[in-house]
Amino acid sequence: MTTEPNPGPEAQFRAFLAEGRLMLQRSRLTGRYVFFPRIAVPGSGERDLEWVEASGFGTVYATTVTRQRPNPDGSSADYNIALIDLDEGVRMMSRVEGIPPAEVRIGMRVKARIATIDGAAQVVFDPA
Amino acid sequence: MARALRGKVAVVGIGTAGLGEAPGRSAIELLAEAALAALDDAGLTLAEVDGLFTATSVHAFPTLSVGEYLGIRPRFFDGTNVGGSSFEAHLLHAAIALEAGFCDVALIAYGSNQRTAGGKFVSFSEPYPWEAPYKPRVPLTAYALAASRHMHLYGTTREMLAEVAVAARAWANLNPQAFAKGPLTVEEVLASRMVSDPLSVLDCCLVTDGAAACVLTRADRAKDLRKPPVYYLGAAGAQWHRAISAMPDLTITAAAESGPRALAHAGVSISEVNLAMLYDAFTINTILFLEDLGFCPKGEGGRFVQGGTIAPGGKLAVNTNGGGLSCVHPGMYGLFLIVEAVTQLRGEAGERQIRPCDVALVHGNGGTLSSQVTAVLGSARTL
Repeated sequence: MTTEPNPGPEAQFRAFLAEGRLMLQRSRLTGRYVFFPRIAVPGSGERDLEWVEASGFGTVYATTVTRQRPNPDGSSADYNIALIDLDEGVRMMSRVEGIPPAEVRIGMRVKARIATIDGAAQVVFDPA
Repeated sequence: MARALRGKVAVVGIGTAGLGEAPGRSAIELLAEAALAALDDAGLTLAEVDGLFTATSVHAFPTLSVGEYLGIRPRFFDGTNVGGSSFEAHLLHAAIALEAGFCDVALIAYGSNQRTAGGKFVSFSEPYPWEAPYKPRVPLTAYALAASRHMHLYGTTREMLAEVAVAARAWANLNPQAFAKGPLTVEEVLASRMVSDPLSVLDCCLVTDGAAACVLTRADRAKDLRKPPVYYLGAAGAQWHRAISAMPDLTITAAAESGPRALAHAGVSISEVNLAMLYDAFTINTILFLEDLGFCPKGEGGRFVQGGTIAPGGKLAVNTNGGGLSCVHPGMYGLFLIVEAVTQLRGEAGERQIRPCDVALVHGNGGTLSSQVTAVLGSARTL
C-alpha cells in the first residue's frame, strides 16, 4: 500500500513560489497573517489558515551589507541582507537588489520579486 | 519555590584549560583538563561527581561523550544546548537537581579547539530554510541587523559600539590569561575592516580555543571545601525565537524577561550588582543587555558606555576578564562568564579585582539573541 503525498504548508509555499506567486497564510477567524508557513497560528493554535496572495509591498526593518573579497575582475562582491516587514504584518529575511547594498535604508519601501537563487525560486525585493 | 533555592547551593570549584591557542588538543581533551582542574580547585575527586551538565559544538550527545571520556556514571545528567547560554541554564538545572537530591556533586564543563581546528566558527546548528538562501553569515549577520535597528531607533553610533570593545580590551590588559592584549582606541575600532555593516572586525568576538568547568555542591558541604563558596542566589531563562528573522523586536531581547526574574529569585536589586558579566559576542550585545537587564533605560545603552563607564575605574564593572571580545571566545563562551564571576567573588582576580565584590550578575546569550539566561551569584556576605 502506498500513501499519497500530502504536501505540508512549507511544500505548498514553495510550489506557489515556483509558479511565480508569493502567497501568505491568513487565519480566517482572526485575519492574522503567518510567516513562515505553519500548520497552525503560532501562539494561539488556530488551524483555520488559508492561502492569500501577498501584496508584495513592504518596508525595510533592518539592513546590513555582507562584505566580501572583491570578484576576480575587481568588482564588488558585497551583498545586502535585510529584514522586510510586509504590509500584511509579517517579517522575512531577504535581499534588496537593484541599488548598491549600502544604500538600502531602514524605512525604505520595497516590492517583492521572485528570483531564482541556486536553482530555487526565492523572494527578493527591489525599491518600490 | 524558585526563591527557595537562594543560597542552597554553591560553586565550589572552577577550572580552565587551553585558553587562547591549544594546538594539538581535541575539544574533549581540553574539556577534561578543565573539569579536573575545577575538581582539584574544590578538593573533590572525579569519583564523587554524580551530576553531569555539558554541551559542546561538536558532540551530538554531549553528556554521553563527556561521561564516557571521564569515566563517570552520573545519576543525573543534562545536555541542554541553547547555544552560548547553555551553561547558565546548566547552573540553574544543577541547582534544582542538587537541592532536590538528584545528585550531590554537579560538574558543568565545556571545551573547544575552534581556533586551531580551523579558525572558523564551528557549529552543527542546522541551516534555517527561511534565511539560508540569502547567505547570511550566522551569527554575524543577525547581530549586524540588530545593531542597524538600534542605531536607527536610538541614535546609537559606531563610536558607542567601539567604546564597548575598548573597555573590554582595557580589562583584558589587566588579565594575564586574556588572549587579545595591547592598547586599543575607538579610532582603531572604527578603522578596522568592515565585515557586516555596521559591525567591523573589532566589534566581533575572538575565535579562540579554550575549556572551562565548574563544580557545585549543596551549601552545607560547600562550607567544608578548599575554597570560599560562591553561592547561587537565583537564575532564570527566557527564549522568544530561534532565528533573527523571527525575533519580535531586534532591540529588545528576552534578557528583559530573564533578568528581572533572576533578580527577583535572588532577592537582589540591580543597584546591588557589583559585577555584570554580559555575553559579548559582538559589541551590540553589551549595549542591549545593559538596557534589557535594567542597568540603563532602553535605547540609552550606547550613551551609557561612553566615557569609560564600563572600563576599569568606571561606574559599573562589566566583563572584567576582557570578555568574549578580548579574553576568550571558543565557540560558546557562557561558562567563562561564570568562571570570572566566581574568581571576582572569591577575591582572586589579581590586578583586575573589583572592590567590593559580593554580588555578580552573569548573563548568557545563545543563538542569534535567541536564548537568554541570567544567573545571580553572591559571596557569603549576601546570605
